[in-house]
Amino acid sequence: MELGPIESLSYFVPELILAISVIGLILADLVVRRKEQLGVAALVVVVLALIAVVWGLPGQGDAYLFNRMIVHDQYAVFFKVVFALATFATIWMSLDSREVEKVSRGEYYALLIASALGMFFMATATNLLMAYLALEFVSLTSYVLTGTLRHNRRSGEASLKYLIYGGVASGTMIYGMSWIYGITGTMDYAGINAALAAGQGTPLILFIAVLLTLAGFGYKIAAVPFHMWAPDVYTGAPIPVTAFLSVASKASGFALLLRFLYPALSTVGAGGQWQALGDGGWQQVVLLLSMVSMTIGNLAALQQDNIKRLLAYSSVAHAGYMLMGLAVLSDEGLRSILFYLVVYYLMNIGAFAIVMLVANSTGREDFDGFRGLAWRGGAIPAVAMAIFLFSLAGIPPFAGFIGKFYLFAAVIRADFYLLALVGGLNSVVSLYYYARIVRTMFLDQPAGGEGGVELDWSTGGLLAVLTLGTVVFGVYWAPVIALADRSARFFLG
Amino acid sequence: MMEIGLSHFLVVSTIVFLAGMFCVLTRRNAIGILMGVELILNSANLNYLAFARYSSVGYDGQMFAIFVIMLAAAEAAIGLAIVLGIYQTFHTIDVEATDTLRL
Repeated sequence: MELGPIESLSYFVPELILAISVIGLILADLVVRRKEQLGVAALVVVVLALIAVVWGLPGQGDAYLFNRMIVHDQYAVFFKVVFALATFATIWMSLDSREVEKVSRGEYYALLIASALGMFFMATATNLLMAYLALEFVSLTSYVLTGTLRHNRRSGEASLKYLIYGGVASGTMIYGMSWIYGITGTMDYAGINAALAAGQGTPLILFIAVLLTLAGFGYKIAAVPFHMWAPDVYTGAPIPVTAFLSVASKASGFALLLRFLYPALSTVGAGGQWQALGDGGWQQVVLLLSMVSMTIGNLAALQQDNIKRLLAYSSVAHAGYMLMGLAVLSDEGLRSILFYLVVYYLMNIGAFAIVMLVANSTGREDFDGFRGLAWRGGAIPAVAMAIFLFSLAGIPPFAGFIGKFYLFAAVIRADFYLLALVGGLNSVVSLYYYARIVRTMFLDQPAGGEGGVELDWSTGGLLAVLTLGTVVFGVYWAPVIALADRSARFFLG
Repeated sequence: MMEIGLSHFLVVSTIVFLAGMFCVLTRRNAIGILMGVELILNSANLNYLAFARYSSVGYDGQMFAIFVIMLAAAEAAIGLAIVLGIYQTFHTIDVEATDTLRL
């Protein structure tokens, strides 16, 4: 089904809610005195958008909207829910964060919501122009969010680096897109697919064009070699923004990448198997990126002293794990990526929430700030952190293990044994640095002078939900994998 | 006289793209790097216009170029604001002097 602009509006309610509230928040900033009310209003807006996304589910079938610029399908709904939940958790953290207290909060929350709006478009774009606009929308808001701590050197430096790497990556991407447009004569994903299936263009030029385009997407998911910005930006940005970038921004990059590589550049061949169009060279590139990302991410994380920087390299490695599901190019791989994103959301936001808790009380983000955390009033956060870290390492019985299990199952099912071996070795390496944090929290004695860590009820509530999710989905994951299975369907017209 | 065709434009755009990349990689001044990014964006614009002009497939290419120009302006505005903020805290816009996060 294809809908014009007016008929599309009924599918467009969540985006409209977000767009109107961005303007509303900026205006309200001028009149509202107590700025934390703006944060609460932003929370309500995100919940409303989430309700609108889920509310529309039963009545609305899949359709192309706005003359095929964006699409409404189960895949898009899944990602919209993830983005809304990630934005919700970020705003919740921002309300408790000491760092965010200093910034101009009306703009801050408006930018967060605007970024979420851009991500909604990234999940739905079915046109190269729309994909570029959505990606730039998210990037531009992220640059400002990163640099939101004014007169803070680290924050300013981080946003400058983010801007430079982002500008080069997106420039390279649209240059690659221009070649795809030249080869196929269209910007519509379905049109590109049809043109490539008909054998237009030389494979080498197509390969180079896709490679250049991958630079932009790879930068958004922070995969090696486009990860250079991640450690510095994660270190310099305020902690809630770091959590937002590491989860929501990465998920949005995957949303765009999967829709580009599956429905546009691959086709369902005989036997229901996905097959890459052209000479399929990009599949080998994704395979290579996956292996390099997890190896470099994990090896670099071994040497870090700053926990945010360590988690940045760990997120690079996790981009590598998720790319494994993409390299095998199957429905099973797709499903396992979606499942892993849910799990990754729970454990990574949780880990950053605890970093924020420690930074709020002690002002430190390094290993010294965590020394003996369990013995200076932070027993509950320390236990929760241990659960998140072991889950990130992929140890049973936590959700991270189930996520990795599905990814590896997809890889082995497709006979990519070398990839499975590299992934397995990397999981072992990653255990070392995650366990190092756990050891610092429990086995090292506080030297004194670190100060106590207090758990307030609102961060505690967020942590309770995230911990519960990490533990429960490690034991009873059937509903989540069923959801991922239902959502791994693209609308192909 | 040789006729100017699609391939000439593609060669020019490739040269502009490489020049932009070179500029990004070698400049130490933040404004210089942003200028390199503009070159990369404009090389893509040239490609879109050339493909749209020589392959008669509608106006998608021209549309894309207009959007790229618009977004380049937005990016430049944000970029200059960030560079201004950097200048206020670091008193320089040399990107090697502002490289303090790496331990």
